[in-house]
Amino acid sequence: MGTQLMKGGSAIAASAISAGCRFFAGYPMEPFTALLEGFSVQMPGAGGTCINAESEIEGINMALGASAAGARAATGSCGQGLALMQEAIAEAALNELPLVVFNLARGQQDYFQATRGGGWGDYRTIALAPKDAAEAVEHTQLLFHLADLYRTPVLLYGDYLVSGTYMSVDTSPRHYGDLAPKDWALDGTLGGTRRSRVIWTWRRGKVWDPGPGPDKHWQAVADKYERIAATEARHESSRTEDADTVVVAFGTTAPFVEYVVEELRGDGVRIGWFRPVSLWPFPELALAEATESARRVLVYELNAGQMIDDVRLSVTDRTKVVPIGRVSQDESGLKQGELLAVDAVRERIVGHLDPRRPAPGARSGRAGQRGA
Amino acid sequence: MINTDVPPAEPNRRIAGFSPELLVTEEHPLCPGCGHPIAWRMLLEVLEDLSLESRAIGVVGHGCYTHIITTTDIDFLQCLHGRAPSAATGVKRVQPDAAVFTLQGDGDLVNEGLQETLHTAARGEAITSIMVNNGVFGDTGGHMTSTTVIGQRTKTSIDGRDPDRHGFPIPVAELLCHLPGAAYVARGAVNTAPSIARTKKMLRRAFELQAAGAGFTFVEILTMCPTGWFVPAKDGGDYLSGSMEAAYPLGELKGG
Repeated sequence: MGTQLMKGGSAIAASAISAGCRFFAGYPMEPFTALLEGFSVQMPGAGGTCINAESEIEGINMALGASAAGARAATGSCGQGLALMQEAIAEAALNELPLVVFNLARGQQDYFQATRGGGWGDYRTIALAPKDAAEAVEHTQLLFHLADLYRTPVLLYGDYLVSGTYMSVDTSPRHYGDLAPKDWALDGTLGGTRRSRVIWTWRRGKVWDPGPGPDKHWQAVADKYERIAATEARHESSRTEDADTVVVAFGTTAPFVEYVVEELRGDGVRIGWFRPVSLWPFPELALAEATESARRVLVYELNAGQMIDDVRLSVTDRTKVVPIGRVSQDESGLKQGELLAVDAVRERIVGHLDPRRPAPGARSGRAGQRGA
Repeated sequence: MINTDVPPAEPNRRIAGFSPELLVTEEHPLCPGCGHPIAWRMLLEVLEDLSLESRAIGVVGHGCYTHIITTTDIDFLQCLHGRAPSAATGVKRVQPDAAVFTLQGDGDLVNEGLQETLHTAARGEAITSIMVNNGVFGDTGGHMTSTTVIGQRTKTSIDGRDPDRHGFPIPVAELLCHLPGAAYVARGAVNTAPSIARTKKMLRRAFELQAAGAGFTFVEILTMCPTGWFVPAKDGGDYLSGSMEAAYPLGELKGG
């Protein structure tokens, strides 16, 4: 399979199937719908199952069941649908079932949802934010690998640009390393042998072969997420070595920032950019290093200030951190608005290069960001 | 018919004197007079009778019956409250040869999870859904569920369930009968020996039809909860006859 022109949603589905995904269940909701359509068309040919579920809650619980039975399984929606899935995402984290969840979102307002989650318990989800459809194809296969490797739910956080754009992509299988066999998966065959299995968040095991129980199990899960945090942070950056100003952006907003930064470099401005590729684990150490000598760190995100919390937790001097984004949605509510444009990005960056001359309508601080 | 011309293959034994092989310990933390253990036992006997020990996967909701997953020697997925039919759908699609069943109470299946039960039945998923119905949230100490019968006292209907204040109970088995995807719907009980014998046959039929790919199969089992009903343990059986059984007629409702 070589490179071919595909719509993002179809390409992600093809990539997931290449990764061995054989179960998908979802509920249509824009702009995630293209992915559901992609699975619906492609899954039967791969011998897998795609169910148009009665709700997002059922979709993710079906996928949990499929995962418990040993399949590579996935579900998805946009942020509104993922809100309904939070309980099951936490359940997958605590009973250690691999699961890939696609958030093809309506914008950048799901950062907290992607990185903090809304389920109960001490858990995290690896969350990757691709900058475009081609990277989403790559992330999809990596996520299936990471989900199995760590036995955890993982998230891909994209948007309508990822799901709806046609790009040349290579969806053929990628190998990220060998994995342990899923000897924990339920197939029924060990019944009556005293080796039968139980998958449960409390991890009590069987009376003749007790598990660690909730106290020890939940601490072990938390320890696992600490290990993931130490090893799975990913980022991309450029021009930060001698930069006075570093601009931080994630997802599909980042290429706009990158473009403007390169333009400003051409004008002689000492500026660089930094993109967290994994939102959790957030690349804290890399960002601290990239901003060590900068005088200001600008955060361009199209929401009221979410990723900025992680930026402030990462840079050594948090007073350098300035929000330059805001909520920006188009009239339909399904897409990003006027701030996803090179001119808007340039205006907001340039307005903050010299703090004595702020750009019109753009002030530093959270209150200014909301009012802008 | 017992053939009296040949000697019996094994000596007489009292039913109370043995338990299914799959039940590793007879100890359980449930209250005196609880009907759930009888339902478990029937379920395990049927799995053994049909030689399904090494093909069965149980998907279990949240309630007192949940303890079965630690004492029984088959694979179990303990899932979120009300979501067992959805999780079982995923299990069955991945393991089509397995005998997949859900075990849920009335609070789990009718309150929290009615939607998934109806849709799973409508899809005709080849799973067997077993509801142990005692008309009360036993695990929380006796609160009203969607199957609590009119007049029943619970901690959240302390003067008795009143349709004007609490609405009417939901007969889920009768609802399921309307769905073409539901191949078999039956309701049994565990308060008398004849009912136990009939209910065991219902479970057997449900698993046979699942294996035949007939579609969704559903067995509701009325069970005693003297603690949640605030009656003496020894009175649970009779109380069930007068309350639950009067509201929920026993028998094979569809596909018998």
